[in-house]
Amino acid sequence: MPHTAADVPFDPEDATRDEARLRRFLHGLPGVDRVGLEQRAADLATRSIKKSAKLRAIDTAIGMVDLTTLEGADTAGTVHALCARARRPDPDRPGVPPVAAVCVYPDLAGTAATALSGSGVAVASVATAFPSGRSSREVKLAEVGMAVAAGAAEIDMVIDRGAFLSGRYGDVADEIVAVKQACGSAHLKVILETGELATYDNIRRASWLALLSGADFVKTSTGKVSPAATLPVTHVLLQAVRDWQAVTGVARGVKPAGGIRTTKDAIRYLVAVREVAGERWLTPALFRFGASSLLDDLLMQRRTQLDGHYSGPDYIAVS
Amino acid sequence: MADTAENAPGTGAWDYDPAPERAELANLRAHYRPFIDGAFVDGTGEPLKTSNPATGETLAEVGTAADADVGTAVTAARAAFERTWSTMPGTERAKYLFRIARLIQERSRELAVLETLDNGKPIKESRDADLPAVAAHFFHHAGWADKLDYAGFGPLPRPLGVAGQVIPWNFPLLMLAWKIAPALATGNTVVLKPAETTPLTALAFAEICQQAQLPPGVVNILPGGGDTGSTLVAHPGVDKVAFTGSTEVGKLIQSRLAGTPTKLTLELGGKAANIVFDDAPLDQAVEGIVNGVFFNQGHVCCAGSRLLVQESVAEAVLERLRGRITTLRVGDPLDKNTDLGAINSPEQLAKIRELVASGESEGAQRWTSPCALPDKGLFFAPTVFSGVHQSMRIAREEVFGPVLSVLTFRTPEEAVRKANNTPYGLSAGIWTEKGSRILWAAEQVRAGVVWANTFNRFDPTASFGGYKESGFGREGGRAGLEAYLDV
Amino acid sequence: MSEDARLPVAKTHKLYIGGAFPRSESGRSYAAGDARGRFLANVAQASRKDLRDAVSAARKAFPGWSAASAYNRGQVLYRVAEVAEGRREQLAEAVARGEGTPEDTARSIVDTAIDRWVWYAGWTDKLTPVLGSANPVAGPYFSFTVVEPTGVVGTLAPQESSLLGLVSVLAPVLATGCTAVVVASTDRPVPAITLAEILETSDVPAGAANILTGSADELAPHLASHADVNALDLTGVPAEQRGALERSAAGSVKRVLRVPATEPDWTVTPGIDRLRGCLEYKTVWHPVGT
Repeated sequence: MPHTAADVPFDPEDATRDEARLRRFLHGLPGVDRVGLEQRAADLATRSIKKSAKLRAIDTAIGMVDLTTLEGADTAGTVHALCARARRPDPDRPGVPPVAAVCVYPDLAGTAATALSGSGVAVASVATAFPSGRSSREVKLAEVGMAVAAGAAEIDMVIDRGAFLSGRYGDVADEIVAVKQACGSAHLKVILETGELATYDNIRRASWLALLSGADFVKTSTGKVSPAATLPVTHVLLQAVRDWQAVTGVARGVKPAGGIRTTKDAIRYLVAVREVAGERWLTPALFRFGASSLLDDLLMQRRTQLDGHYSGPDYIAVS
Repeated sequence: MADTAENAPGTGAWDYDPAPERAELANLRAHYRPFIDGAFVDGTGEPLKTSNPATGETLAEVGTAADADVGTAVTAARAAFERTWSTMPGTERAKYLFRIARLIQERSRELAVLETLDNGKPIKESRDADLPAVAAHFFHHAGWADKLDYAGFGPLPRPLGVAGQVIPWNFPLLMLAWKIAPALATGNTVVLKPAETTPLTALAFAEICQQAQLPPGVVNILPGGGDTGSTLVAHPGVDKVAFTGSTEVGKLIQSRLAGTPTKLTLELGGKAANIVFDDAPLDQAVEGIVNGVFFNQGHVCCAGSRLLVQESVAEAVLERLRGRITTLRVGDPLDKNTDLGAINSPEQLAKIRELVASGESEGAQRWTSPCALPDKGLFFAPTVFSGVHQSMRIAREEVFGPVLSVLTFRTPEEAVRKANNTPYGLSAGIWTEKGSRILWAAEQVRAGVVWANTFNRFDPTASFGGYKESGFGREGGRAGLEAYLDV
Repeated sequence: MSEDARLPVAKTHKLYIGGAFPRSESGRSYAAGDARGRFLANVAQASRKDLRDAVSAARKAFPGWSAASAYNRGQVLYRVAEVAEGRREQLAEAVARGEGTPEDTARSIVDTAIDRWVWYAGWTDKLTPVLGSANPVAGPYFSFTVVEPTGVVGTLAPQESSLLGLVSVLAPVLATGCTAVVVASTDRPVPAITLAEILETSDVPAGAANILTGSADELAPHLASHADVNALDLTGVPAEQRGALERSAAGSVKRVLRVPATEPDWTVTPGIDRLRGCLEYKTVWHPVGT
């Protein structure tokens, strides 16, 4: 929550009017105590989710997966396979919901769009010189335009961490605003690359910076930097969207990405969503998992829940 | 088995299914007996029935100690003190304590469940807070047994003899550990009376003493009520009395021991201020406030029961706080997802209700979490009073329940003045990101434990105890040894 | 007019409260005699209300004195020794007459008393280093324990040792940063009054030390039951009378110092028991993180 008193209306326009105001706003956000935050995240992670609540969580999580492949070796073939899986994650079990999106590099966005046509599964594309973000503004915007034109409904951009860490918040904000514009109707997820931001205070500031600049989602990581998503980092992002909603009335989304591999992990994230941001965020419209292997475990655990005995990887179709 | 429609995402609220820990793990028995001179014996007192406060069901019948049994136990402790325990090399005493620590770790799941059944605290806390702290306390003190020369009380500090110890019901096994571990490490023997409503884990501990082959008489456990405690502390064969409980009873004990050579330490009540400055890490402060007053249903002597929040952030903090409290789950203590369990006894619940009623009639604004409460058992929903003034009873008296009083302040001086405006002085909390203000406020508050940007942290190496009417003497750390040495 | 014929100027012996020397508000005084019972002086006989005033003065002085740096408190205590050194003869005469000791012995007692101030002066900045600790807690926290003065300490000074005993019970109270209300030896009050004059001229802040003369029997119950007194030292009370006072002390959970049943040999270098008795341990925690 910004440190403004409750009776002073919060004005995003005012906060971003110039570099000085932006800095003042971001540095006026309450600090984050590392130990207290991590303690809370660890405590909440002890929630024990069993039986129908677990099954429900698994299906919710499946529907929130941005099934991702971001490899140099990706081909149209691998993307086709991934898209088939995205539509029907467990072909033997028709009740399994489709995933939220398939996330690919821009040059494969068109392939994915064709493969997913009519499925309801969105195409997400990373852009803006992912994962480093080290290119010119022109190149980044051109890449966004290209991905959108190819059928990407969601753009996952990276912020300029160098600019952020050297305190050039205005540059970071301008770039997000420009990308948002280039997105047109596509949703914008802003990757903060929290593993490079060093402190939770920075992560909170970067979250607000992204929200102030028009991000539809704040996303933790590219998956190419360690540490990627963690529970405490996700808490900070969830607090930001919760507070953003409290002061603006608008709900924005959160996407942890990278390192979430097991059902147990995913459920811990859902518990955090429920108890930090609120029930309202338990929808693919406001929460996503950026993951490649998580789906395998979700499906396996789903079978375990329904069949009453443990399942194995051989029973789950891989992509 | 087919997929069912209600499992589909996005339909209705997602709530957690009950996730109860298995009560059978407690190895509950129908009868328990006092432990005297290394054996479980029939007490001559009227047996008591201990019940599960979450259900009202009787858990077990427990034999109690009458005056004669107190005498037998003190005699056994005296004999053990003179014949074995005080003459045994410290290195050997240490090994017994290490053994006990390990046995506690081995049986911690069982003990956690037993504690939760008898006390009503959530299994999450008995499992993750109480039991690890119990084992740690024995482990830490074990190491002191042969190193007392280095404790700062001169060479060869002498034990006092027989320690008579009376503990409360809020942390039954942890308070036992805080009492017994330092007493044994320093070479004293012990007669301990657990609280009337929570005797079971102490008797399970007696069994651990047997498993550890602790010499008979070194530890004696006497279940019973206030009379047993009062006989014990006044027994002429007792050289040292340690009491944790209410200030009211503490005063009676101090008065009872007036003019005697019995060494006394008291760990009594509190009315801690949790001070939140406007530059605090607010999300963590909210967590600290919640932990500070709702941990263990607020049955904590050092609970942060008075929130002092700077006016400029008061509304923002209260709003967050209410939101956060709403997520607290009150219910079956054995459920692993329960945040607040049962109130330990009908008497305590009545006292909480009475003080809450006084808060309402004195004009404070009450807000109570809309959480669901179980149909039976002793429960009280988390409650916050705002608009509280120092003159109100809810700002002055220890509620010992899940009830927070919120006061505001404008300047640091005002915060400290209000924090100190109480006869108690056990603990305090300070929330601010400004280092110099933390150190200033920590200096100014008259309390034995100060948590800055955290709350309710305990460790066997860090001494704990009160100023003013919160008692005297310390437990834990080097300072805690003083209570059991003739220095 | 010869030297011998001069009439000495006799001193009026008054109380020492809040840095001033008032007579008793009750107007009472009593005759203090020497060891053989001969009249020495009329001494103010403090009342319950004088005691109340003394406790108020001590409470008022507590924030300042307890917050003074340990270095500063050490210097103040050392200053007491310096000023006392200048009044050795006067103190020795008072001790010799009041306690009936030979002059050599009295001088030796005075020297020991002065040295005791020096000993305690050196303790002020050693208390937290010796008694405190940095606590290796199992978690990401820095935890430390310091000692702090407990508050106002009420003391019944020894009845026999009217100077050395008095210094031995007062100096540790001041060394810790506590403030003191001391009831002097009933029958041997004169050295206490001289000591008060020394304190008053030695940078000891007004109210940090308050000394009352009068009947210990009369004053002790009021001191023991006063709710604004944090700790009680019953050294000067016969063991068999301590029980009732300790019972009163329980009314506000006072710390009652563990003291010997009878007056010890005050010439022996003390331990730190009395210092510990006036101190509270305070443990502070803070998270460690970026």
